Parts: sequence; structure tokens; C-alpha cells
Amino acid sequence: MSSTWTQFGYLVAAVLFILALKGLSSPRTARNGNLLGALGALIGTAVLFFSGIPLENLALIIAAIAVGSAIGAVSARKVKMTQMPQLVALFNGVGGGAAALISVIEYLEHGGEDKLALTATVFTVVVGAVSFSGSIVTFMKLQELMTTRPVIVPAGKYVTILVAVATVVGAVWLVMAPQTWLLVALLALALVFGVLFVLPVGGADVPIVISLLNAFTGLSVAASGYVLGNVLLIIAGTLVGASGTLLTREMAKAMGRPITSTLFGAFSGTTAGSAGPGSDRPVRSGSPNDVAIMLGFASKVILVPGYGLAVAQAQNVLRELADMLAERGVEVDYAIHPVAGRMPGHMNVLLAEASVPYEQLKEMDEINPEFSSTDVVLVVGANDVVNPAARTDKSAPIYGMPILNVDQAQQVVFLKRSMRPGFAGIENEILYDQRTMLLFGDAKDSLTKVVSALKNV
Amino acid sequence: MTVDANIALLTIFVLSVFVGFEVVSKVSTVLHTPLMSGANAIHGIVLLGGIIVTGQATQPLEVALGIVAILLGAINLVGGFVVTDRMLEMFKPKKAPAQNKGGDA
Repeated sequence: MSSTWTQFGYLVAAVLFILALKGLSSPRTARNGNLLGALGALIGTAVLFFSGIPLENLALIIAAIAVGSAIGAVSARKVKMTQMPQLVALFNGVGGGAAALISVIEYLEHGGEDKLALTATVFTVVVGAVSFSGSIVTFMKLQELMTTRPVIVPAGKYVTILVAVATVVGAVWLVMAPQTWLLVALLALALVFGVLFVLPVGGADVPIVISLLNAFTGLSVAASGYVLGNVLLIIAGTLVGASGTLLTREMAKAMGRPITSTLFGAFSGTTAGSAGPGSDRPVRSGSPNDVAIMLGFASKVILVPGYGLAVAQAQNVLRELADMLAERGVEVDYAIHPVAGRMPGHMNVLLAEASVPYEQLKEMDEINPEFSSTDVVLVVGANDVVNPAARTDKSAPIYGMPILNVDQAQQVVFLKRSMRPGFAGIENEILYDQRTMLLFGDAKDSLTKVVSALKNV
Repeated sequence: MTVDANIALLTIFVLSVFVGFEVVSKVSTVLHTPLMSGANAIHGIVLLGGIIVTGQATQPLEVALGIVAILLGAINLVGGFVVTDRMLEMFKPKKAPAQNKGGDA
């Protein structure tokens, strides 16, 4: 294939990527948008194979593509709905790792004859490696392989600054005086920095960090495209870098968190001492029957789903309950906090699966004025997104995040597995309120019991 | 690489930044996660970089690293699109009943 046709093919693929991102920004076109992106990737790959570049090791290359595609497709198919966020983090990490490796090979092959290319190479190695190790840590946090709370390394602030400075100095040095051992050292430093960068991030801020690392990977892909002289990589990587940066800002805004406090909050804030006195304080717990009566005789009920709903896969039972209440003439709405669950939009996806009518899902700004005229709020496995500490307790890690004002309702029912605090690891004062009733147990079991009790009310 | 080629690449880069900002400027919260996931899949195109470097690699170490890069890139690319599709699949059944309801009323 002539170079002109190759470039034309890349142009087609690049346009498809732009249309993909555009499509993904609107609910109606999102799915087609994603398919356009996949088509763009397919065209780009096919064009590369026919572009006449040297293809040594062709059998190995094809085998690696086949195995990688199979791993990606199978894990994406098999993963549970609740675990999708960490899978996205993992995919992002391996992409960053791939970009870093490509630049290492490029360095080994061509060394540092061209300073501009070398600068881009070093940039890719550093940013790709940070994205790789950072994403692995976010994966471990979301998978709960390690604590979900912010981790404060002793003197972490200084260690992080030291590693950051060393990385920058190493990068500049490497560009000035290319040496292989320095590249390896730089790679190691960048990996350590990625870990230190993400460790202090906890709770609801984790999705924001995934989004930021996603943008990082995009930029490193763009830089490696420059090194390899491949226009498609430059365009695709830059598109993701730019849109990812904007998306990170939007997500932070939806949660009322300045990005800087997300990333560096753990340095400045004191995380200890935000919780009230232990969890041995008295709470009012009830039976499924009590809850059924409260709900059945209410005139207005708001359902607040959270991560517990996703874990218990209780979306269908919740819908059944909502339908029964609606039949009894109770006004029922779902209050969807932007970051309920582990990712923005998590609850919408889950409730859509249970065919909950779209118009019953109310976003936070829309539903918040409704709470004061609501009889009963049923909180299913949510905690941080209804925690008033976000409004009042300056030392809480979630301080400043907009929350659902469930504390303004007449009565609140919490379906909880235990008194364990939420993802952010802070106590919720509403749990101890006189107007609150707790129903302990798995959300699905509890809801099933409430539904059968409601039949007799 | 000549200076002219660098300017051309710089132009592509700068314009791509603006396009990247522009295409996602009005996105609803509901779509934050699928959009992030879709963008994540797109940077899986780094796979091409893996193929290019492995295709011209001569040392065994370079080939080995290149194969790993291809493997990781393919996981990112294919897995990314599949998982995004699965997320968006969930939006579909919602649409039909919502529209039917609108039609009846």
C-alpha cells in the first residue's frame, strides 16, 4: 500500500475515533459511538499491516495480538457489573504499560540521536509507567485487595516530592546524556511515583484518579506516536488526553471536589479523628415488617440506591418493591447521586438492567428539594452519598461533596449489611438519629422480606 | 525528521487537543463512566506502536518486550471496547419501556 493510502486509512480511523467520542457523549448514540471506535481501531490495525512497514517476527506478533484480544474480550465479558470500574482501571494501566515498553524498545533500537524524539521517548516512559503503576493501585483499592481508605505513608509528602524531583532530574539527565542504566532507573522511579501518587487517594475520589490516569495514558500514547512517526497514535492519544482531562474536571465538579484536593487532600488533611465515638452507640433497628408498614402507609417514598444494591444484585427486587408501592398509590422516585456506587452512572446502568422507567430516576439537583416533603427515604446500601458530614465536618475526607439530603425526610430506613462505615471510611451520624431505622442484612434478602411483608399489610 | 514534518505533527497535536475538548464538552453525568471507558479503549490503539517496534526489532530482548507491549495493547484495545459495549448494553432495555409509556399517554 502506498504511503498516501496508508495516511488516508489513518485519517478514516481518526475520524471514526472522533465520532466515537462524540457519540459516547449522548445516551442515544453512545452504543453506536463505541462501535464506531472499535471499527476505527480495526481499520487502523489493518492499514498498518498493509502499509509495507518491516514486519519481522510476524508469527509472534499475530499470536500476541490473538492472545491479548482473547484475554481482553473474555475478561470484559465475564466481569460482574459491580467490578467494571476496576477492570477499566486495569485496562488503562496495561495501555500505559504498553506505551512505556514501546518507548523503551525504541530507545534501545535507536538511542538518542534525535533530541526531540528522545524527549518524547522519555516522556512516554515516565507518564506511561506512572499510569501503569497508579492504575494497578486503583485496581487493588477497588477490588478491595488493599484498604480503600487514603493510605498515608510516614513523611509521605516529602518522599513523594523527593521521588517526583528525582524523576524530573533523571528525565532531563537522560535527554542530555543518554545511558541505558539511567533509563531503567527512571522507569523504576516513575513506577514508584505512580504508587505514591495514588496511595493517598481514597473513597469516592478513586474514579477521578482513574479518569486522570486515563488522560495520562492518552498523552503517553500521543508522545509514542510522535517517536514512531505514526499520525494515528498522535491523534488518538491526544484526543483521549484532552477529553480525559476535561472529563476528570467534570467528574470532580459533579462531586464538588477541586481536583487538587482530590490528589493532594491526604497530604494536607488529617484523616484520623473524623469519626465520632465508636460504633457501640445505640441505633434503632427494625424488622422487615416494620419497614413494610412504614413504606406501605407513606404517601411519598424516595429510594436511594448505592453500592450495596450492586453487590447484592438487588435491583430487580427493588423495582418489584417500587412497583408494589406505586400500585398502592405511593409516590415513588429513585434518587440517583452522581457517584453512587463506585463510578458515576453506576446506578443508572444497574436500574436500567431492571427496566426501571427512566423518568423515575431523579438526579441529585432535581430530587434534593423533594426530601423535606417525603415521608420515608429507603437507603439501599448507600452511605457516603447521604452522609451529612460532607456538609458539616471539615475534617471528613468527603467534606464538600454534594450529598442527597435524606436527613430532611420524616423518616429514613437504611438497609445495611453491618455498621461498617462506607467506602470513605467515616461514620454517618444519620444512622444514630431517632428518625432512622436500620434493617441489617444483605440488601436482596432484606428487600425480598419487605416485599413479602408488604403483601400482608 | 525535518522541521517541516515536526510543524505538521505539532499542528495535528494542537488541533486534536481542541477537538478532544470540544467533543465531550456537554456530557451528562450518567455517561461519565462509559465515556471514560470508551476513551480508555481508544488509547488501546497503542497496539499499533507495539506492532511497529516489534516488526523492526532485532535483539531478542527487544522482541520479548515488544511482544509484551502488543499483548498489553491488545488487552487494552479489545477489552476496552467490549467492556464499554457491555456498560451501554444496559441502557437499551430502559429506552424501550420509557418510550412505550410515552406513546400510551
